[in-house]
Amino acid sequence: MAGLLALVVSSFWSLDLQWAQFFSAEAAASMGRFVGEFFPPDLSPAFLRKVGVGMAETLAMSLLGTLLAVVGGLALALPASKGQQLLRAPTRAVLNALRSIPELVWAALLLISAGLGPFAGTVALALHTTGVLGRLFAESIENAPAGPAFALRAQGAGTLQVFFYATLPQVLPQVMSYTLYRWENNIRAAAVLGVVGAGGLGQLLAFHMGLFHMAKTATILAAMLLLVALVDSLSYAWRRGLTR
Amino acid sequence: MDLELQGANARHPAARAGSVPALHGVSLRVAAGEQLAVIGPSGSGKTTLLHVLGAALPPQTGQLRLSGQDPWVLPRAALQRLRGQLFLAPQVPPLPPRQRVVTAVLAGRLPAQSLLSSLRSLLYPSDIPAAFSALEQFDLGDKLFERVDRLSGGERQRVGLARALLAPARLWLVDEPLSSLDPARAQQALNALTAGARERGVTLVTTLHQVDAALAHFPRIVGLRDGEVAFDLPAGQVTPERLARLYMQHEDELTGAAPSFATSVAQAADEVPEPVVMHCR
Amino acid sequence: MNAANPTNPTNPALTPPADRDPAWWPRVFWCSAALVLLWPLMVATEFKPWVLLEASSLRVSGRFIGSFFPPALDAEFLTLVARDTWRTVAIATAGITLAWVIAVPLTLLSTRVLSISALSGRMATLPFVARQAVRWLLIVLRSVPELVWALIFVRVVGLGPTSGVLAIALTYGGMLGKVYAEILESGEPLATQTLLRNGSGRMQAFFYALLPGSSAELVSYTVYRWECAIRSSVVLGFVGAGGLGQQLDNAMKMFNGGEVATLLLVFMALVALADRVSALLRKGLA
Repeated sequence: MAGLLALVVSSFWSLDLQWAQFFSAEAAASMGRFVGEFFPPDLSPAFLRKVGVGMAETLAMSLLGTLLAVVGGLALALPASKGQQLLRAPTRAVLNALRSIPELVWAALLLISAGLGPFAGTVALALHTTGVLGRLFAESIENAPAGPAFALRAQGAGTLQVFFYATLPQVLPQVMSYTLYRWENNIRAAAVLGVVGAGGLGQLLAFHMGLFHMAKTATILAAMLLLVALVDSLSYAWRRGLTR
Repeated sequence: MDLELQGANARHPAARAGSVPALHGVSLRVAAGEQLAVIGPSGSGKTTLLHVLGAALPPQTGQLRLSGQDPWVLPRAALQRLRGQLFLAPQVPPLPPRQRVVTAVLAGRLPAQSLLSSLRSLLYPSDIPAAFSALEQFDLGDKLFERVDRLSGGERQRVGLARALLAPARLWLVDEPLSSLDPARAQQALNALTAGARERGVTLVTTLHQVDAALAHFPRIVGLRDGEVAFDLPAGQVTPERLARLYMQHEDELTGAAPSFATSVAQAADEVPEPVVMHCR
Repeated sequence: MNAANPTNPTNPALTPPADRDPAWWPRVFWCSAALVLLWPLMVATEFKPWVLLEASSLRVSGRFIGSFFPPALDAEFLTLVARDTWRTVAIATAGITLAWVIAVPLTLLSTRVLSISALSGRMATLPFVARQAVRWLLIVLRSVPELVWALIFVRVVGLGPTSGVLAIALTYGGMLGKVYAEILESGEPLATQTLLRNGSGRMQAFFYALLPGSSAELVSYTVYRWECAIRSSVVLGFVGAGGLGQQLDNAMKMFNGGEVATLLLVFMALVALADRVSALLRKGLA
């Protein structure tokens, strides 16, 4: 308890936070001006078209990245689940490495090989999400009722045959559910990946913010929120449909 | 396939170390093509015996020979090939809830199929007529394209049995095939099983709770009690006194009431879980 | 029901319900639809994996990855890394503390369990609207990615940890608020309602009935969020909030693979350590 307090206090103290700067009247005025410049947001058709393209790019990034991650996750989940003595530890290590590195860091790394644009963002999302989904899928596989798999293995079916005929049909509802849940996360991640240059709305945002085009920034922010809300409701509706 | 079990001790797979073994010095010899029923009160070790015979549970002591071969000295690949020649049907039908009956039944053929053809069969079932005729033996032909979780418990059990008719096996080990079936269906199912085994020359070992059905359909009865073989006789020589002794303190089971077992298949169905709050989102 | 004779399986009067798999054509349709959608997806994301395998690209990647070994381990750099690791943890801790400060009043304002008007059936309109408004505020706080907040604050306050701390405070405040409210509402409301009915104030009801029951879960979730905040603060470093993230950004821009390798390793170790500490704390405080 005391240690906790010490941690908190030392954090604040060591950071040299600019409270005065943030809460001064001058800062308030500049914030006020700043926020004021957001309105009215830029709604010219030419710009809206650009934002639309950015939205489509971001959406596509999140979809393709998630899809790739499902394939990768399933492929790695089987070796990572209990019962695979040899491969389990290294596969788990790989999955852990993939998921501990945040999407943005992956994107920054991949930009070096893949260049600017949404390709790096898609692959970054795919890599990180493979780690997350792989671990979730492996846990689903381990928790699935053992009966069907046992019967097929006792009958002499091969490992992959057992996976496709017994394990996968059982974990499919959970796979779908986790995938939709990660899609909701990935649309948010995709929106901001562009800040490092990985395309989509994020790239537009960083560009226009850098030039202090606040009205345009407001539009882009609104588009981001809209996209996130859209994906959230689609995912919710789909999940509802699954449980019907 | 003939099998020979000698002096086997086996512990239930979930049992703690040091606990009493489920099977004690059990010896059994079954010739190829023979049909026999194992009866006994609950807890006598019938399921464990079946798992030992099916090379699914290694015996702690004693030896098992399938067609003269000890499965437990074989390398893994050879063991899997040997397993391909037997068929073990657990008491709870091992069917994934969302799978369709046609796929579930055709899964019986997997040991004989290559990975590629089994995957192709997932996309489009490779042998619909065979699946249909197997299901028809159990009066389930019209359920061919239904999902397993839309069937009743008894229907699921019969689908599990129908798998045997498609398996490339020489030995059928069936655990409690009648537990969810009403008497009429039970008759039909046993007829289908025994006739199917006879046609194919397959060795059939069944555990049964329904003693009258066992006596009526099987020429050879093995009585198991507390993990030991109480008797191993032709059906005609099984007297009511022997039965009474076998089922001592479990008389209610003697009258044919099978102990209820949880049909856990039903509850595994469409529960799409809410994703747990995790991974920072 | 047909009367099948089990010993005569080839009764010609029996026909299967369908000769062909009825699920085949719907499957073909959906697969084709998916493939048709896949094409524009790949175009929109400029998905050209073969680009990665082009000679020039391979050379660049190869050189970069090659420069990962050996990782930069000189004393000067390591001290820098140690300092920035502490910075990252400090930003996360400060951010979570502020988030907590924001979340607690908002939770108390939005939770239905402390509603006095709801004791007698339906909640009155004004409290209901007020609670909904607070919920919407929490949603807005939660929906804006912390990176965006950080970008905005960097414009106002300049580069440095302040923008990172504030960004985390706002976003995580929204998350904490929502989950705290859910935790409070998922418990047994009886004790709280009894106190409220007997005339005690809302804060009293909170401290004597509501909090004790849910404190373990609340603490557990907060510690778990702290762990997430550490990852966030690394990400925020890429837009100027300092810490490991900023170092990583700098090292990548200079193509300094050795430093990138060290930083990544330190980051992964930090995450693992935080995970361990968080698990311990959760077990200890629960």
